[in-house]
Amino acid sequence: MHNVLEIKNLRKDYGDFCLDDISFSLPEGFIMGLIGPNGAGKTTTIKLIMNLIMKNGGSIKIFGKEHIAHEVEIKSRIGFVYDNPNYYEHLNLRQVKNIIAPFYKDWDEAIFRELVDKFQLPLKKILKKFSRGMVMKSAIAIALSHHADLIIMDEPTSGLDPIFRRELLDLLYELLQNEKKSILFSTHITSDIERIADYITFILGGKIIFSTRKDEVLENYAIIKGGKELLNEETKRFFRGMRISEYGFEALTDNVDNIKKALGSDIVIDKATLEDIMYFSNMKDHHA
Amino acid sequence: MKIIISNASQDPIYEQVSKQIKAQIISGELNEGDPLPSIRKLAKELQISVITTKRAYEELEKEGFIDTVGGKGCFVAMQNKELLKEKKMKTIEEHLSDVVSDAKKLGVNFKELKEMLSILFNEEG
Repeated sequence: MHNVLEIKNLRKDYGDFCLDDISFSLPEGFIMGLIGPNGAGKTTTIKLIMNLIMKNGGSIKIFGKEHIAHEVEIKSRIGFVYDNPNYYEHLNLRQVKNIIAPFYKDWDEAIFRELVDKFQLPLKKILKKFSRGMVMKSAIAIALSHHADLIIMDEPTSGLDPIFRRELLDLLYELLQNEKKSILFSTHITSDIERIADYITFILGGKIIFSTRKDEVLENYAIIKGGKELLNEETKRFFRGMRISEYGFEALTDNVDNIKKALGSDIVIDKATLEDIMYFSNMKDHHA
Repeated sequence: MKIIISNASQDPIYEQVSKQIKAQIISGELNEGDPLPSIRKLAKELQISVITTKRAYEELEKEGFIDTVGGKGCFVAMQNKELLKEKKMKTIEEHLSDVVSDAKKLGVNFKELKEMLSILFNEEG
């Protein structure tokens, strides 16, 4: 199993925001969710991968090759959906497609037609009159129409209704039937990828909190609920972010086994969702 | 083959999958040599991740319920009749031990439990 994407010690300094020491890798044939709240550094990371902005340090390898030295070759094998697709607004989708298609040697008109049909996109209406959902769908249709080996999507589901978001997941499952295809999917709507993701990379404040198998994350993290009398310096060490109410506390732990040993049956242990993990971790970041 | 994933279950998803396939092998709904869907196909159908599905199959293989034939996929393994019987008994034993612990918790004594069991057993015909 080799990595289609390998990022090491990536760094981008904006002065007021710094993406620092980002390292993670995506093995071929799998889908990774890149999660984090707004402003965490997801889009910056993706822009760096796509060489849309310059890095200040670190290395990025795609398909085993340095991403800038082999940029053209690499990009022809990537299907890219930007969170804010910027097409010429006075053109219609057919014209936009005619501009983009020649850049890809494996452009497949039949697939494009099929997706346009499926997404019910008008070919002759100018893009200025498209809704945000329609623009996103157009970007997705284009990204999936040239037999890309790596699909990179930055917030592809923002602005899309839940029905299409589920349809998109079906498309991604379809894609993953081919074990040579890989997907990097950034989102703050974690429920979109909670089931499909094989790996999760969680970014917060420009740093990686974890990048690992999703199953491992969901097994280690849990929401602990209990009475306030259980809280002391000792027990607080187990928690990554906590919400205290008048009647008890709710906290996130990343080591559910330790908590079980320490607090035993006095507590309620609930499964943590990716959203819980994001919410509570973010809290700790600001109130630690 | 029938597999139902519950989000409310405390069991991890891979375990829900492996348990249900195991149960269908033990009950004879799935027979020796029956092909199982590919990992990626099953992941898609159940809308779970590829890695989760892979883990479920790995568990089943480790316990000897399925075989992986390189390039061909996974199949229900030949089941040793004695072993199968033992596994069936073990399943029941596990359920019964839950019942016993519940009974103790709720203060139901052995005689009452036995009566309950015998009524249920006869009702089922």
